[in-house]
Amino acid sequence: MPNMQVEKTPMPEQEPQVRCHNFEEVAKGYTEEMAHNEAERCLHCKNRPCVSGCPVGVHIPDFIAHVAAGEYEEAFQTIQLTNTLPAVCGRVCPQETQCESKCVRGIKGEPVGIGRLERFVADWHMQHSGDKDAVKPAPSNGHKVAVIGAGPAGLTCAGDLAAKGYEVTIYEALHVAGGVLMYGIPQFRLPKEIVQKEIDALKAKGVTINTDMVIGKVLEIDELFEMGYEAIFVGTGAGLPNFMNIPGEGLVGTYSANEFLTRVNLMKAYKPEYDTPILPVKKVAVVGGGNVAMDAARTALRLGAEEVHIVYRRSEEEMPARREEVHHAKEEGVHFNLLTNPVAIHGDEKGRVCAIECMHMELGEPDASGRRRPVPVEGSNFQIPVDCVVMAIGNSPNPLIRSTTKGLEANRRGCIVVDADTMATTREGVYAAGDAVSGAATVILAMGGGKQAAASIDAFIQGKAN
Amino acid sequence: MFQIVEKRKLNDSMTLMVIDAPFVAKKAKAGQFIILRVDEFGERIPLTVADYDRARGTVTIIYQIVGQTTMKLDQLNVGDALLDFIGPLGKPSELEGYHRAAVIGGGAGCAIAWPQAKALHAMGCKVDMIAGFRTKDIIILEDEMRAASDNLYLMTDDGSNGNKGFTTTALQQNIENGADYDLVVAIGPLVMMRAVVNVTKPLGIKTIVSMNPIMIDGTGMCGGCRLTVGGKTKFACVDGPDFDGFEVDFDEAIQRGRTYFDQERAAAREESCKLMEGAKNA
Repeated sequence: MPNMQVEKTPMPEQEPQVRCHNFEEVAKGYTEEMAHNEAERCLHCKNRPCVSGCPVGVHIPDFIAHVAAGEYEEAFQTIQLTNTLPAVCGRVCPQETQCESKCVRGIKGEPVGIGRLERFVADWHMQHSGDKDAVKPAPSNGHKVAVIGAGPAGLTCAGDLAAKGYEVTIYEALHVAGGVLMYGIPQFRLPKEIVQKEIDALKAKGVTINTDMVIGKVLEIDELFEMGYEAIFVGTGAGLPNFMNIPGEGLVGTYSANEFLTRVNLMKAYKPEYDTPILPVKKVAVVGGGNVAMDAARTALRLGAEEVHIVYRRSEEEMPARREEVHHAKEEGVHFNLLTNPVAIHGDEKGRVCAIECMHMELGEPDASGRRRPVPVEGSNFQIPVDCVVMAIGNSPNPLIRSTTKGLEANRRGCIVVDADTMATTREGVYAAGDAVSGAATVILAMGGGKQAAASIDAFIQGKAN
Repeated sequence: MFQIVEKRKLNDSMTLMVIDAPFVAKKAKAGQFIILRVDEFGERIPLTVADYDRARGTVTIIYQIVGQTTMKLDQLNVGDALLDFIGPLGKPSELEGYHRAAVIGGGAGCAIAWPQAKALHAMGCKVDMIAGFRTKDIIILEDEMRAASDNLYLMTDDGSNGNKGFTTTALQQNIENGADYDLVVAIGPLVMMRAVVNVTKPLGIKTIVSMNPIMIDGTGMCGGCRLTVGGKTKFACVDGPDFDGFEVDFDEAIQRGRTYFDQERAAAREESCKLMEGAKNA
């Protein structure tokens, strides 16, 4: 008999007032006992609705059955059949809108904690599998593929191709692999040691990673073909931060979320032994309502800010951030200024931020996104005194590749145009996925796209060979 | 890892290094820059490509010891290696089609102005190189600049080389004497570039400046290097580093350049204490 407990087995977390002063992971993960209890809640529905909600098609009921039976390594092997980065996905996937949203248990209570179980299994594997279990590279099939960008899309594509015997080389612009998993998502939500282990596992499967290589500058796509790569995957992400183009964005103390988070996550400004400087900010306004905005706000608290504001022009209902992240931010004391839109940033005589001027908004008719359009309330201007403003209002795709590659089409917003089924670009042999195609989205959607592209690249090369 | 194959002290605070970086050397062009990291704990700092040798696979950089990172860098010697060396980044300078140019370098900026003069000279443009230094003892690259130009004007703030004045003094004199420049390239401290623009803008002489703001990744990702150019936000790393001098908001750039002034000063103090401690113990 399944465990008919209505709610998910709770996962232990650091207390809000403790965790908002440290960079350690907020959620501590299940014990074996908790995992077993939660796994027993799965009904093992015949039609597996949860699997249809997963962009990479993890065999969810199967791995959960292994967890229930205490067969954790088998559970891991099951997940790994379709998912290259389980420890990452278990932490940062928006399960509530994907697998868990389809779970039958969610109709009369909470769905099975699929994400929590995935994380448990991945962490268990990392802790218990020594070198003896290290995966060996698949025998080479003699074909070479280049992957540009070592973020979620690229790592997934590389992993799938390597498993089929392709000789895969990833070219990464930064000095470490991982992309947004390393520079964007903070340590307290996704420890970098975990990301590094997933990347090391990929290397053990035979994937070569060349860091410090900015494709489009040091090498172009055409040269990669000349070097003998038969297909190229572009997963360069959405790495060009948007600004609002309001007065004061050039003041000292105004950051893009990318810069703010990169200084802390990638360049480790929060650790004294690193050289990276960051301003000692006390009152911070973060503009935006997505996960990145929540990450920036919570990071500011951990850097020692006394007062942190989210400034978002719509209402909480329209916030694109995960509920869990909004909840965590509130628990930690972040102030939410909703239906509020910045119109200017003010500076002192030294050009340093001293206040953000905002207007109140009200919701009008739905816009193209289906969300109600915020309309400014005339004469409602007010100021919040702050010494730092972080703009977390989205990113556009990086133009380096598309501007240096002939025949690679992009749309008006700069997103690379692909066939939605095959992820093939307008250039033969070049495939793309992730934020470079969709604009800023989620880790798991990028992984889903990378997976699709890997299958298409395999079909393309095998088709040529035969 | 990227090996240092040559190191030459240019003056008390400036050093030239030749780095083994074949991929970068193959593609580098005048006006582009690289980003380097000395060690695991180090910052990523941008430095302009001073020269390159495609056959040897090397890239030359010139740095001024101004803070913690450049102090650390200067501790390395031939045979040591840099942890990261990324490039070439930014757009190459667009120097084609000019007949007479004034290339102006201020202090450390001469390290960047020199390759521009060289590139222009090689394209058949007549080049007046104007280089300014605080004092005679810190003049660098004199022979190189002379070889890359038709006339070299060496100015010192204190007149110690017998030629007192700022770079703008020489520029103005040349213009008054009839130099028909169709291009001015100005590279150096922001205040110098602003002063040059103040001379050239009323005369309508096209002026290219090379901006060197704070940046992290150098690929457009962080936006830290943003500038206001012609009223629009531009990223020095991908839209520059060269910009139309008439359009740049220098005042904002000067303020932004001082963002970490306090922290940098403290870090530099700490680093020099560490170095002195190390020397004592050695």
